[in-house]
Amino acid sequence: MISDNFTGSQATGGSHLLQPGVLDSSHGVVLYLEDITVSFDGFRALNKLSFSVDVGELRCIIGPNGAGKTTMMDVITGKTRPDSGSVFFGQTLDLSRMTEPQIAQAGIGRKFQKPTVFEQHTVFENLELALKTDKRIWHSLFGKLKGEERDSIHEILSTIALLEKTNTRAGLLSHGQKQWLEIGMLLAQQPLLLLLDEPVAGMTDQETERTAELLNTLAGKHSIVVVEHDMDFVASIARKVTVLHEGSVLAEGDMNKVQNDEKVIEVYLGR
Amino acid sequence: MSTQYQPFLLRMLGNSRWTGYAISVIFLCILIPVLNLVVPEGSLLHVSNYTVSIGGKILCYAMVALAMDLIWGYTGILSLGHGLFFALGGYACGMYLMRQVGVDGVYHSNLPDFMVFLDWKTYPWYWTGTEHFLVAMLLVVAVPGILAFVFGWFAFRSRIKGVYFSIITQALTYAFMLFFFRNETGFGGNNGFTDFKRLLGIPIATPEMRMFLFALSGLTLLLMLWMSRCIVDSKFGRVLTAIRDAESRVMFSGYNPLHYKLAIWTLSAMMCGVAGALYVPQVGIINPGEMSTANSIEIAIWVAVGGRGTLIGPLLGAAFVTGMKSWFTATFPEYWLYFLGLLFIVATLYLPDGVMGLAKKLKGKLL
Repeated sequence: MISDNFTGSQATGGSHLLQPGVLDSSHGVVLYLEDITVSFDGFRALNKLSFSVDVGELRCIIGPNGAGKTTMMDVITGKTRPDSGSVFFGQTLDLSRMTEPQIAQAGIGRKFQKPTVFEQHTVFENLELALKTDKRIWHSLFGKLKGEERDSIHEILSTIALLEKTNTRAGLLSHGQKQWLEIGMLLAQQPLLLLLDEPVAGMTDQETERTAELLNTLAGKHSIVVVEHDMDFVASIARKVTVLHEGSVLAEGDMNKVQNDEKVIEVYLGR
Repeated sequence: MSTQYQPFLLRMLGNSRWTGYAISVIFLCILIPVLNLVVPEGSLLHVSNYTVSIGGKILCYAMVALAMDLIWGYTGILSLGHGLFFALGGYACGMYLMRQVGVDGVYHSNLPDFMVFLDWKTYPWYWTGTEHFLVAMLLVVAVPGILAFVFGWFAFRSRIKGVYFSIITQALTYAFMLFFFRNETGFGGNNGFTDFKRLLGIPIATPEMRMFLFALSGLTLLLMLWMSRCIVDSKFGRVLTAIRDAESRVMFSGYNPLHYKLAIWTLSAMMCGVAGALYVPQVGIINPGEMSTANSIEIAIWVAVGGRGTLIGPLLGAAFVTGMKSWFTATFPEYWLYFLGLLFIVATLYLPDGVMGLAKKLKGKLL
């Protein structure tokens, strides 16, 4: 079992033992990618990609189509194995050796580009399934939902503004509501790191605004990585932006710096 | 609130589901036996032996349909090889029944006739222990269970899905059929096992034994129905449906779909094994024809016609299709397969949720 000791905030410096299999982000870094290369049939989707995310950070990743954003998410969540390079969660967890469920249990939650919820289940059941608990067969067969678990589901329901839809089938929700339900499911997992692939795609301006608010309140408690095309949205949440291009980092820094970067302008405007 | 203070039995009766179970038990274990054994032949109320034998067959098929529904309707994995698990359960039971024949075979040997015919002097090693009833009953669930577990482990671990999985299961049952057709395999070749004499030392061809097996099949089906109900109502069942609808989300929520699929797949195979074991003494024969690909496809049709993802639907589907089959094969045998094909097309095109979906729709319109 992978435990999820989140020692980042309490660490007071000094020396301590590194325990394999236990998350250790005491050095302030929650996610660390180095020289990641992934090729599909000779096409390099990721080319020696290196970057890191700090504890509690809200990072935006932008880049033109085919820059490798989704492949990067696939590598972090265990869906794709890198050809070379290393990817670590904290200092000790080597993500390239873990399966998708193990990575999820270790504390990384992922929202897909296309909202992916369990359409035949109710909103409540969707959150119940995502809830952080023992996910093995025996517990699923005989375990009962505890009172405090019910409370935390209701808390999430009010955070994502779906309290009135508690018993509605998820398939009947609007596109924006599905996006929020999926974010709610990530919250129910109580992850340390959230990966969000285009969280505001297809949302109305008002919904986008509320999502930005939500993410701003979550940053600090969680580390968040957002892949997004909507520049206004990025500007409204980002403190630090990473620009990907052809599978590696083109530029990194605050929004202002990135927007005035010569190379970035060239890639985006095609000069 | 007042229901809380009612005695347990009364509360159970107040629940329509439990009432359904109770009525079924009375019907299967009291009403049908009385109408068959006590009410004299010629009376309007008499239930004929023929009806009982078809009824018993349908009860066994219904168990298979239920097992198929758990894996296909709820988990979204279409198996076209469930006939294999049914047949293996049948063969395991058949081995015991062959042992019970004793020296009453045509050649009056200690060995079954087909072994005498092959000039074998002793039972092959894999018949060891089959003279004991309990060992044979263990094999009934263990053989389909272990085969399903091993096959499922490799298939699900390699993430084989959809139509590819269906084709492989189809090939699996076909391969086993060819294997069982060989005389040297030691299971009676294409004749299989037949001419059973006794079960637990009691003659098998008596009306009382037939009635007992019928009632036992009914109770087993109800037990499986109750078990399936508990499974699909639990969180385990919700994970299964979630795997059907969005497997990647299940994985990224921290569940390992391999374990869940493997568990329900193995359970489903074991249920088929039990059904096969109850089927064989009632029909009096088991041969490799039960492993034919057409049989497994028919199982899928029962579930499609009855309604995937409902527990009662597949039981109705199995009963309806089997009923039609015995009528058709008696009246116009050559048209049965055409009708079956037509039924499948109609169900797929116009009744995606089967008979149960239709019933739901009609109910919605009337109310």
